[in-house]
Amino acid sequence: MKQNSVNGKRAGISWLFRMAWRDGRAGLRRLALFMSSIVLGIGALVSIQNFGNTLEDTIAGQSRELMGADFLIDSDRPANEVVQQLMDSLGGPASREVSFLSMALFPGKEGSKLIRVRALEGEYPLYGKLVSRPLAASAAYQGEGRALVDATLMVQFGLQPGDSIKIGNKVFPVGGSLLEAPGNTVVSTSVAPAVWIPLRDLEATGLVQTGSRLEYAYYFRAREGQDLERLYDQLDPLLDAEEADMDLHTDTSQRLGRRFENVGRFLKLVAFIALLLGCLGIASSVQLYMKEKRAFVAILKCLGASRRQTFFIFLIQVTAIGLAGGILGSVLGLLLQEVFSGVAADFLPVELAWAIHWGPVLTGMGLGVVMAVLFGLLPLLSSWLVSPLSVLRIGQPDPVLSRWLTGAVLVVVAAGIWAVAAGLLQDPLRALWFVAATMAAFLVLGGMAWGGMRLIRRYFPHSWGYEARQALLNLFRPNNQTLVLVVAIGIGTFLISTLYFTQDMLLARARLEDNTPSANLILLDVQAGQQEGVAGIMRPMGLPLVENIPIVTMRLHQISGRNVDDLRRDSTSTINGWILNHEFRVTYRDTLIASERLVAGEWVPRFVETTGPIPISLSDNVARDAQVGVGDTLVFNVQGVLMDTRVASIREVDWGRLQLNFSVVFPTGVLEAAPRFHVMTTDAPEEAVSARFQQELVRAYPNVSVLDIRQLLGVVGDLLQKLSWVIRFMAFFSILTGFIVLLGAVRTSRFQRIRESVLLRTLGASSRQLLKITALEYCFLGAIGSLMGVLLALAGTQLLAYGLFEVSFVPSAIPFLVVFPLISLAVLGIGLLNSRAVLRSPPLEVLRREGV
Amino acid sequence: MSKILNVDRLRKSYSSGGNDLTVLEGISFAVPSGTTFAIVGPSGSGKTTLLGLCAGLDTPDSGTVEVCGQDLGSLTEDQRAALRNEKVGFIFQNFQLLPTLTALENVSVPLELQGFRGAGETARTLLQKVGLADRTHHYPSQLSGGEQQRVALARAFANRPEILFADEPTGNLDGHTGQRVVDLLFDLNQEAGTTLVIVTHDMELARRCDRILRLQGGRMLEPEEPSKP
Ligand SMILES: Nc1ncnc2c1ncn2[C@@H]1O[C@H](COP(=O)(O)OP(=O)(O)OP(=O)(O)O)[C@@H](O)[C@H]1O
Ligand SMILES: [Mg+2]
Repeated sequence: MKQNSVNGKRAGISWLFRMAWRDGRAGLRRLALFMSSIVLGIGALVSIQNFGNTLEDTIAGQSRELMGADFLIDSDRPANEVVQQLMDSLGGPASREVSFLSMALFPGKEGSKLIRVRALEGEYPLYGKLVSRPLAASAAYQGEGRALVDATLMVQFGLQPGDSIKIGNKVFPVGGSLLEAPGNTVVSTSVAPAVWIPLRDLEATGLVQTGSRLEYAYYFRAREGQDLERLYDQLDPLLDAEEADMDLHTDTSQRLGRRFENVGRFLKLVAFIALLLGCLGIASSVQLYMKEKRAFVAILKCLGASRRQTFFIFLIQVTAIGLAGGILGSVLGLLLQEVFSGVAADFLPVELAWAIHWGPVLTGMGLGVVMAVLFGLLPLLSSWLVSPLSVLRIGQPDPVLSRWLTGAVLVVVAAGIWAVAAGLLQDPLRALWFVAATMAAFLVLGGMAWGGMRLIRRYFPHSWGYEARQALLNLFRPNNQTLVLVVAIGIGTFLISTLYFTQDMLLARARLEDNTPSANLILLDVQAGQQEGVAGIMRPMGLPLVENIPIVTMRLHQISGRNVDDLRRDSTSTINGWILNHEFRVTYRDTLIASERLVAGEWVPRFVETTGPIPISLSDNVARDAQVGVGDTLVFNVQGVLMDTRVASIREVDWGRLQLNFSVVFPTGVLEAAPRFHVMTTDAPEEAVSARFQQELVRAYPNVSVLDIRQLLGVVGDLLQKLSWVIRFMAFFSILTGFIVLLGAVRTSRFQRIRESVLLRTLGASSRQLLKITALEYCFLGAIGSLMGVLLALAGTQLLAYGLFEVSFVPSAIPFLVVFPLISLAVLGIGLLNSRAVLRSPPLEVLRREGV
Repeated sequence: MSKILNVDRLRKSYSSGGNDLTVLEGISFAVPSGTTFAIVGPSGSGKTTLLGLCAGLDTPDSGTVEVCGQDLGSLTEDQRAALRNEKVGFIFQNFQLLPTLTALENVSVPLELQGFRGAGETARTLLQKVGLADRTHHYPSQLSGGEQQRVALARAFANRPEILFADEPTGNLDGHTGQRVVDLLFDLNQEAGTTLVIVTHDMELARRCDRILRLQGGRMLEPEEPSKP
């Protein structure tokens, strides 16, 4: 009977919930504070996730509208007989298109503009909207031989329907403005706005010549119930052999989706870091909370509650807080959508159909619970060890979990973080790296803090004034939280500074200012015979000819003695497919340029022999993809003429620079007679001169296209601005979360500080002295923590920069001049605010409050 | 009469900084069911330590404690907790109410732990008995010391314990209030037959008990001796 009664009927689960509520309701405001530390991180994550899902759905749902067809066949040459037969077997294309870049003039108006000409025939788009103003124009332009002009371009040049636009040698009446069409984005449009013309008028422009880069596309409508994937598997190899390509509507949307995946992943990581920082807040808040609840636990145990029951009461509370944080975070995340929508709209060719996705919302709530419990686990478990004896005796020693258990819990926490990261990134390996890096940061910071403290202790500045010494000594008081605080502050600073340094690094990578070529106008497609004429237009305007680069197009015929056709058919060949089909744009010159570095072989400037293979130079990526090294032979087909070449050297090329770079470079003395065109660059210091030059050039040589770097930089700058704004926005979340955590961390040590300062006061210290000691102590804490964070971030990003991006960057001063002092000040401010009550109240009152 | 509490050759020492400090040594006594028992002694003599051992809040170095026929040494921590819940009540010098729970909830907890339905009603009756019917929804911080101790008393009796341990129940109360609490304690002993084990400095209170145990320096000063015939 006795044994039975011991294990007899006990309170059920509902009682645990009741107790959790009874105990929690009194401290709701406190609990809300520690919930708020995860709300921001979850909000950021949910908004990114939900945005991603919306994007995915939108793109997948509108893939036909994006392409304007079920599938297309494209090539950079007109369909040959084989391709034509294949297309006929498919019932023939519903529409045909030839597109290319060209300059346009607007008779009666000033200026010229680089445009993308889309010469169309047949019904296009087969799916999706084609909206023009006037509305009828889109239906009539084919029949009436008019042009549909991109709406922004219309506004830019003040065009009205009925005005004219000159493309090449032909003047088209403008039928209307193009408001919405498949595949248009603000970005692509601002570089080269589209102008649609009837295909039958293409010949009349005179722009179809050798050397012009034309793209041919044939749009198809699928038959009812046709299996497109199978069709693709059947046709693509055949088309490949003819240097044509098949694209399904689903491919287009997938490509588009992938482009956003990387950005999304990066943003998710940033948000996740904010969440982790918030979780540190949870961990320290729960620690503080459980410390204060020790008496509660002891009394309950004394009254007969089991260890499990007391543990569960607080587990329920922490879970509830996590859930509440998750719900609030999700709501916040959905509200934040708006932020992304504004930025994304410019990148996207589709209208986003905003929706609330339950996946991300559930993820947000789940994350709240999981993260709160994971990070609260260690302090929660300590309730297990609270002895009921504390009821009889105040000041029982802190329950200490065994090292083994602590280690096991930490492993569980790490595994949990990894699982969450893997789920978010959809990539377990990358998540592992991320977690490892995060842990390393924690360990390094912890180690640095520990070592630093030992150093201070060892070389204690005995000569300092009393207050400073006392403040420093306070860091070593028994039961001190110094290490935790330094790590928390350090991690926060680390994250914030890392964001800055990463930005520096990325900017260094894409540095536009420093590498801006001295030229700002690039003239494409200058025929060999037009060089003199173009130079003749430059001279009177005072424009220098900065560069004149000859370009010869060619394809590979043989690689190391094997025919490319064979390689294409050989399924065991591991040579990268693009090499076999690529039309190489090759130049010849006798020197290396600034963006190149020789990594293997010997640079041959001139070819003077009359026999033997021509010594050429490849870029390292082409050599790798073609699986050739120095000494291997390649045969190029230069517009019908086969040329034997030998790889004489391999170059490393910095493609990141805004400069004309070439993967294949011939020595001089070989290609001079080959059909070629030129890229000429010049530098127009004034916008007006630039415009006048472009207009005159296009009038004289309609086939020449002009890339206006000044304009391009404006577009790119706009985009970067928008992106960096998003990143800053996310960093702001981390900062805010960091401060909330800081608040929790300082509160954690508050009671101890109260006791100490009261003691000092009773011993006769003045308020001024106490204030000074407290202020100095927080100064030390903040300064040590944040300085270590900044330095660690600098070291980390520099390592990353060298190892991964192969750039070095000059760190911006912001982390040192702004972040470091600001965080130190914030620590000081938060610390002093929390001590205000302590410093003001008379000792007796505090002692009494502490006593019970 | 059966012995509800049996203590045999109890020894307890604390080690701090390498040297052992023996706090209790050679403590043996038995408390018959339904009687009242006082433990007295100067400060630091080990009274609280002894009480903690008797209630199973702590474990001795050697010796045994039997409560209600159960050897505490053979029980796990949770089993000891369950035993306390069913058979043992507590009163402390500093009341030890759960600060975040109302008076009524505090009294209900021991009953609820047993899975008892209608805990609230029973708790209300108990509070009425100690004269606090109108303070059921007050939190401990809204009650005076004496009122808090009466709530603690109601809580201690809520599960109808067979034995009640009190560590200086009047230590934090003025004479008059202390007297009321002591009267209540003895009333409940009379009504329900609960065994009382009281640690006190107050000799007057000790003398009201059936037996007194005197401790000095961790040892029993003299064998238990009836103060009343
Ligand atoms: N955790 C501990 N570690 C070391 N010594 C302890 C510990 N707990 C109690 N002691 C010592 O045990 C002795 C007995 O303590 P105890 O609290 O039982 O005395 P007490 O008789 O209740 O005194 P008081 O009347 O002042 O409450 C004291 O000398 C005390 O210093
Ligand atoms: Mg005592």
